[in-house]
Order: sequence, then C-alpha cells, then structure tokens
Amino acid sequence: MLEIGISHYLILSGLLFSIGFVGVLRRKNLLMLFFATEVMLNAVNIAFAAIGNYYGDLSGQMFAFFVIAVAASEVAVGLGLLILLYKKYGSLDLDVISSMKG
Amino acid sequence: MYEFIAFYVFAISTIILFLITVMSKNVLYAMTSLAGGMVMISGFFFLLGADFLGVVQLIVYVGAVMALYAFAMMFFDATKDIKEKHQNPALVFLLGGLMAVVFVVMFSAPIIGEVALDPRSVIPENVGNAQAVGMVLFTKYLVPFEVAAVMLLVAMIAGIILAGKKMDYSLTECEASDEELEKEILKGDA
Repeated sequence: MLEIGISHYLILSGLLFSIGFVGVLRRKNLLMLFFATEVMLNAVNIAFAAIGNYYGDLSGQMFAFFVIAVAASEVAVGLGLLILLYKKYGSLDLDVISSMKG
Repeated sequence: MYEFIAFYVFAISTIILFLITVMSKNVLYAMTSLAGGMVMISGFFFLLGADFLGVVQLIVYVGAVMALYAFAMMFFDATKDIKEKHQNPALVFLLGGLMAVVFVVMFSAPIIGEVALDPRSVIPENVGNAQAVGMVLFTKYLVPFEVAAVMLLVAMIAGIILAGKKMDYSLTECEASDEELEKEILKGDA
C-alpha cells in the first residue's frame, strides 16, 4: 500500500479531470470556464507523464509538452476574444452574451 | 515511503486547490488557487522523473499563462463577486460524480483484478531527463515541434490583433457606426 504505482496517478488524474468537468458544466462566467478547461488540461498532462514513466517511454512527456503549447496559444487567443466580448456586452456572463434563442 | 508522503501531500492539496478554482465566486481567489494547483502539479512531474516537464510547467503555466490571466483581469471587474444563475446544479454534480466514479473504477480495475501489467524497462541511457527530452524532441518530434512554433506565432499575432489594436475604442462597435473613426483609421494606414 505504501508503494505509489501508475494506478494512483491515473485515479488522481481522473478525479482532477472530473473536477474540471464539473466546472465546465456549472460555470456561467466565461473567464471561470477558461479556468475549468485549464484544470482539465492539467489532469490529462499528469496521466501522460505517468504512463510515459510507466513504459519508460518519452512520448508521454512529448505529448504533455504539446498540450502545454496548445494551452498557451489557446489562452492568448481566448483572452483576446474575451476582451472584445467584454467591450461589446459589458459582461462575460454566458446568459447575457448568448444571441441564439432556443 | 518518501514518494508515498509526497504523492498524498501533492494530491490532496491539488484537489483542494482545484475545487476552490471550480467553486469560488471570486475571480481572484479562483485564479490564485489555480496557480497554486499548477505548482503542486509540477511536483507530480518531478516525482515521475519528468524534470524538464516540471520546469516547463512552472515557467509556462505558472509564469506565463497565469500572468496573462492576471493582465486580462485588469479589463474585467475582478473585485466583485460573480453572480451565476444555475439552472440545474444537482444534475451537474450527479454527472461529475458519475464521471469520477467511472474513472476510479476503470483505473483501479487492474489493482483489484490482479491483472499485473508488467512495466517495461526504464530508459537505459545514462543521461539526464532534459538531455533525453532534447534528443527525442529534435529527432522524432521535430516536425510537430516546428508546427507548434508556428502555432504559437499565429496565436501571438492573433492576441495582439484582437486585444491590442485601438484599445480605447470598441472594434466591434465602430464596425457598425462611427464612420469618421473608420475614415481616420483608413487615413492612418495610407
């Protein structure tokens, strides 16, 4: 029991992913929604690193690097869009921003 | 023993910090706890022998991404609490809880069922993690690496265009009205 194996890391990763999932479902503010997606991306990174360590393979770490690069560019573009939305509507609430009915 | 203590300290603090991120009403608290949780996650990378990944996590996520969020928050009201209208909170927690249970059962199945997945041999070469990462990144993953560089450049330009141009005017509003401003912009370009 005192030994930490790959299952521990994977279960932790699943729990963190579920936390992020709850955040994505429940948040109505766009900025907070971004935070929740960051949580999910980090959870997946842990799983990549753990599996790569388990198989003695560096590919897991490589994919984690590319996930980090994608997350960084996502934040850069997303925050620009967020600022434009805030200028236009004066709010980041999804209920205020949404223009489609139904 | 050392890994056991470190894993549980990092795991519990990460889960608590990310729960604060997801549940908090205040943007500042959410952002700060997200940054703290990312620092804790880099601890997992160091435990897993992925030293370079841990350093990149610290520099890129905690350093750059969170700084970007902090800058962007200057445009929004960060001090007042966010009011969110939740239509069906019970359903959200039911779905999230179900998902967590599914993950835990799925990943703990090998422990209970004693299906021993044999670990393969660890990386044999006697070089450090950063050196090994460099050797793989610049040979096998060279093309994705270059594509990622181009992607980051595109994202940087997009961020500048979206947020940095005429920051005192609303770009979307002047599109519809305000012809004078449009002329002014055109004159400036010519």
